[in-house]
Amino acid sequence: MYLFLSLAAFVSIFPFFWMIVSSTNLSVDVTKGRLLPGTHFLDNLQKLTSSVDIWSAMGNSAKIAISTTILAMLIASLAGYGFEIYRSKAKDVVFSILLLSMMIPFAALMVPLYRMFGKITNFFPTFGIDTPAAVVIPTFTTAFLIFFFRQSTKMFPRELLEAGRMDGLTELGLFFRIYLPTMKTTYAAAAIITFMASWNNYMWPLVILQSPENQTIPLLISNLGSGYAPDYGMIMMAIVISTIPTALVFFLMQKHFVAGMVGSVK
Amino acid sequence: MKTTNSAAGPGSSNVFRSSRSNRFKTGIVGWLFIALAVIMIAAFYFYPMIQALILSFQTGTGINMKFNGIGNYQRLFTDKMFLTAVTNTFIYLLFQVPIMIILAMFFSVLLNDRNLKFKGFFRTAIFLPAITSLVAYSIVFKYLFAPNGLVNEMLMNIHIISAPIQWISDPFWAKVTIIIAITWRWTGYNMIFYLSGLQNIDQSIYEAARIDGASAVRQFFSITIPLLKPIILFTSITSTIGTLQLFDEVMNITKGGPGNATTTISQYIYNLSFEYSADFGYAATVSYSIVIMIVILAFIQFKVAGDRNA
Repeated sequence: MYLFLSLAAFVSIFPFFWMIVSSTNLSVDVTKGRLLPGTHFLDNLQKLTSSVDIWSAMGNSAKIAISTTILAMLIASLAGYGFEIYRSKAKDVVFSILLLSMMIPFAALMVPLYRMFGKITNFFPTFGIDTPAAVVIPTFTTAFLIFFFRQSTKMFPRELLEAGRMDGLTELGLFFRIYLPTMKTTYAAAAIITFMASWNNYMWPLVILQSPENQTIPLLISNLGSGYAPDYGMIMMAIVISTIPTALVFFLMQKHFVAGMVGSVK
Repeated sequence: MKTTNSAAGPGSSNVFRSSRSNRFKTGIVGWLFIALAVIMIAAFYFYPMIQALILSFQTGTGINMKFNGIGNYQRLFTDKMFLTAVTNTFIYLLFQVPIMIILAMFFSVLLNDRNLKFKGFFRTAIFLPAITSLVAYSIVFKYLFAPNGLVNEMLMNIHIISAPIQWISDPFWAKVTIIIAITWRWTGYNMIFYLSGLQNIDQSIYEAARIDGASAVRQFFSITIPLLKPIILFTSITSTIGTLQLFDEVMNITKGGPGNATTTISQYIYNLSFEYSADFGYAATVSYSIVIMIVILAFIQFKVAGDRNA
């Protein structure tokens, strides 16, 4: 038992170990298979920052991931709450139709969305092709997240709403003053999932973002990695830097993260 | 919207026992809560799919599109490249999804053992790959599996192989590399679902089985697997959908090569639209083929999983 688990743990952790160690070694040493921490951490960092603008890519990714997360939380929780609290047959039908969108692969949406944003560019260039807004707009509403909030709302104590109505709160007031503060853990889990998905998103930014100053972290890493004479130390440094935000989010909020994933199946 | 408001009455009445006009008002309020989400999903999922359907009957490049009847669909059946992409995608699906699900279940059963020490460490370690971005881990794997990479070196040091395996440039091994990579990334992620499922199983069922003399293996097949059925269904459907959309890994580890030995359907759609001559019409036709495959496979999996009461 311990043998299997140790082997699995080793295989899972080894690539992380290798990428961290390699970010401190020179490219030649990495090729030779050096597995000990080196002294070239700063050299690699300097090489990286002088050859690509990693900080601007980090900034773009952060801007996109944070705005996606905020918008996603608002829209999906309003809808999940609406579907469950004001439940009706007609709304249940609408809900099942929304769920169908989960079956649509992104590759199928890519071409029509690209053409849509092409047209938008003519009228509103700030939301058109090659803008961060174009990355955020079609991705922040997902049926998965609405489903997730609806499932969690099933456990929300409705008596609280009755009490709030007695106190004369409006329907929207009930949502913001009572539901939102009560459901903090649900929001935390949903926010982590959304942030990670957005931070790591590759296909849509690849299609819609064109100029180098707009590129996100996955695009930058993909470009670095596709070179013919890669500088391993430098690329591993870029990968380590890009993984820090998601690793931090994971370790700080591990409990919510797992609760969030599991909550979606129940 | 007006016709549906009356239907909202019964559902909302239990939270709002008041006069009729008020009930009518909450009906509208309920729709307002969901309106934004409905508009967004309609605009960015369903409307584009209608556009794609129209496109799939057209041919041309950029904005010069003209009607092509079922030409694109006929082309699909004679397109060798499409056939290769579909075959590759199904090879990934048939090998990777079962291997990963069995591994995820196996590790979750081991981790669920009450006497296990360092449980938290093992769980976090096995889950860790799931926090990496698909692009980042793909690049790491590309280098680890390079001809002079660490994986070959390690295998040669412990004398499993005598010459380096061409993990990336051999058509067979390139597929193996992709399968290994995806399994590494997603096993821990799926394991978490099984762990939560196992924790919900009442321990007294196992005790009763032990008293009846059922072996550990027997208990696993007669109790654990049937009770985990909903989770097996959930993980296999999400993994199937994920694999049918496979893009990031293939794009970054092998670029679809060598030749087209690792190209997937998603990558083919991307190439048709943005790498070759912007053949949006035909790309939309290929897109619809994945939609149809996903619907059929999800349907089969629901049927196979069968009676939900088990």
